[in-house]
Amino acid sequence: MMTPAQKAPSALSLDAEAAARWGGALRVSPLPPDGLLLTCDPALLPDLCAWLAGERHYRFATLVTEEREEGWRLRTLFWGREPLWVHVLVEMPLQLTSLPSISDAVHAADWHERETEDLFGLTFTGHPRLGDFILHEEWPEGVNPMRWSFNARVPYIAREVDPQWRPVRIVQAPGAFAMPVGPIFSDTAQASHFLLETVGEDVARTIPRLFYKYRGVEKLAEGEEPAKVLLTAERFSGTSAIAHAWAFCQAVERIAGVDIPPRAQLLRALLAEFERFRHHLAALSDIIHSTGMTVASSQADILEEEALRLAGAWAGHRYLYGQVVLGGVARDWTNEEVEVLAGGVERLAGGLGRLSRRLRFSGSFLDRLEQVGLVSERQARHFGLVGPVARASGVPEDSRVDLPYGPYGSPLKTDIAVEEEGDGYARLRVLVAEALATARLIREGAERLPGGPVRVEVPLCSGEALGWCEAPRGVAFHWVRLDEGGRVARYRLTTPSFTNWHGFHLAAERFAFQDFPIIMATFGLSTAEGDR
Amino acid sequence: MSKWIIQGLRTGVKSTRYPRRPEEAAGVTPGLPAAESRWPSPSGAEGAALSCPVGALETSGTRLTADPRRCIHCLRCASGPNPVPWEGGYEWARRTGPADSPLFDRGFDHSLHIRVVDAGACDACLSEIKQLNKPYYNMHRLGLFLTPTPRHADVLLVAGPMTQAMRMPLLKAYEAMPTPRRVMAVGTCALTGCLFGPSFASAGGVGSVLPVDVEVPGCPPPPLAILHGLLLLSSRVKKSDEARETLGEAAP
Repeated sequence: MMTPAQKAPSALSLDAEAAARWGGALRVSPLPPDGLLLTCDPALLPDLCAWLAGERHYRFATLVTEEREEGWRLRTLFWGREPLWVHVLVEMPLQLTSLPSISDAVHAADWHERETEDLFGLTFTGHPRLGDFILHEEWPEGVNPMRWSFNARVPYIAREVDPQWRPVRIVQAPGAFAMPVGPIFSDTAQASHFLLETVGEDVARTIPRLFYKYRGVEKLAEGEEPAKVLLTAERFSGTSAIAHAWAFCQAVERIAGVDIPPRAQLLRALLAEFERFRHHLAALSDIIHSTGMTVASSQADILEEEALRLAGAWAGHRYLYGQVVLGGVARDWTNEEVEVLAGGVERLAGGLGRLSRRLRFSGSFLDRLEQVGLVSERQARHFGLVGPVARASGVPEDSRVDLPYGPYGSPLKTDIAVEEEGDGYARLRVLVAEALATARLIREGAERLPGGPVRVEVPLCSGEALGWCEAPRGVAFHWVRLDEGGRVARYRLTTPSFTNWHGFHLAAERFAFQDFPIIMATFGLSTAEGDR
Repeated sequence: MSKWIIQGLRTGVKSTRYPRRPEEAAGVTPGLPAAESRWPSPSGAEGAALSCPVGALETSGTRLTADPRRCIHCLRCASGPNPVPWEGGYEWARRTGPADSPLFDRGFDHSLHIRVVDAGACDACLSEIKQLNKPYYNMHRLGLFLTPTPRHADVLLVAGPMTQAMRMPLLKAYEAMPTPRRVMAVGTCALTGCLFGPSFASAGGVGSVLPVDVEVPGCPPPPLAILHGLLLLSSRVKKSDEARETLGEAAP
């Protein structure tokens, strides 16, 4: 398979080929600055998406479902090259509640369709596995919390039954058994449940059951002021606060049509890179801890806490909450203060470099990671995986390079850390390489920091736009629509953890039980970020 | 293997001296708005209170009070034209149960087992709880241990706004604990639901499901605040300190 950057599948431009293929059945209109809007009937959707993903090598980004007065609007977003964005829009009256599924051709859309079915009550014909997904079995059928008529602020009376959850199919073989893990397990693991099926030593199938932490972030945002929703965007996933706050701000700022001053852009990038650095240190610590290397994990823990203290001393909050605001950043730092950050991160990166060199020569450590939790490049592309997990499987994609935003591209140049093997060790190497690269980026940014204001006024008006950000775990897409009063009418939140949980079972199958915690650690996913 | 042993020894002791001595390193706490501040005019105090998006600041005349149970450290009140003063410190844990419900006595002094339950936390609270088990805070030295099973646990440490799907698992974990047992709620979400509730998806705090004995405010509470909560729960915070704190004086 080819990446969007390599492809040259057709001499025709995208709009010309689309018009030639479907003619009048498709309305093609430009979507400034660098997108194309294709409006079609629901019946055409599978063919159109199959062509975009299969022949034009467009990557699925997100599915935005909206219930409007005039009817349903389903917008499937793809990204690629020339044009950067393709939005496929389907409109249909509210009385219709089913449309064809695209997940056969675009497997990455699988969970998006299941989510839409569960929360909106729309059925996707041809989808093999619709039903309880986000809302578990105890939630009554036919009550769809994302519909306008549902009041989100009223506590919903929980039924007092113990959910009797069973997977759809179960391994049938002599000696087969299923081991449930979670939702309360390990020392401080996030709430999630896994059913591991086995016929002996090896895990034959892994069935994750997530969304124990569904807080309805998208629904709670509706009708709120963007400034308030920003706080939620920042706090629904505490370990990637800057990334999600930035992506949300981007969307609102794009609607308002304001330009963010260069100094604010660069400061945001410094904060985001610092967050990535701290996140990768924590992920590294988790991986080492899962292999039982006490001294080595303590070394990583020391670096992580020092990064947290640096954040606390530098920005006033250990997880960098409250720094990114609509229109820029909350405060300015003097060049000397920025120098303190760059120097501090460089010092910690030095420690990380020494630790990773020692780990590379620890046989007992490598034995637990190498050839464990394999995800092939074909699988990673099929499931549309993102972030360090995808990059460790040979998918050289990074939204800082492919979909440049803020100061990325110019003046901040990043390169993509890629490994080919797709095993736990490859993921560890990608994490270390990215963490070391953030230290260089912060230094580069500190040296090129322009002068000027760090915040501008953002006038709120109606409109819709997408914001995105390369969060520590991969790219996050935030779609925001504001109503006439400047309040949030629809907030669609697609997070890297949601995207990657979809493919987690790929890595966790065919390996022994005792590898499971290690595979989980090398994936480094957050259920807070995935469940929303 | 020996290189790791040498490396470990060379690193030396990193652990904080708290609770024997206060921790004074930079960046260990985000701080909180001052519990009480005086403003030149009532309108000034009201203006400052309006800067808070979650209603943690309240006024009466020229007096401005901050409710730590609601504060989410968004720093909005600290960055306006008339900033509200902020205080450092981390000894934020408070008892909430009825005054006659006893805390753990000296029998639990050096063996308190804790089961952590994630009831929808954003991961920052869990990350801070994890720090307690890491070299800088190293709670083992105080006889505090995380346990993987509620059957061995004395304390249920709950973070998050109490999502509907976690209600049943949490109740089951509580039922499985031997008595005496105590519940500690960690983080603003677990105290009041914060931005997430009460709503259709979360109950808006752990208190609506289980009796909470000790609350630790903060978004997230720094490790030292959680440590303070655990010490308070096992009656290891000196009575004089506790009394002084309830009077609103600065914590040591």
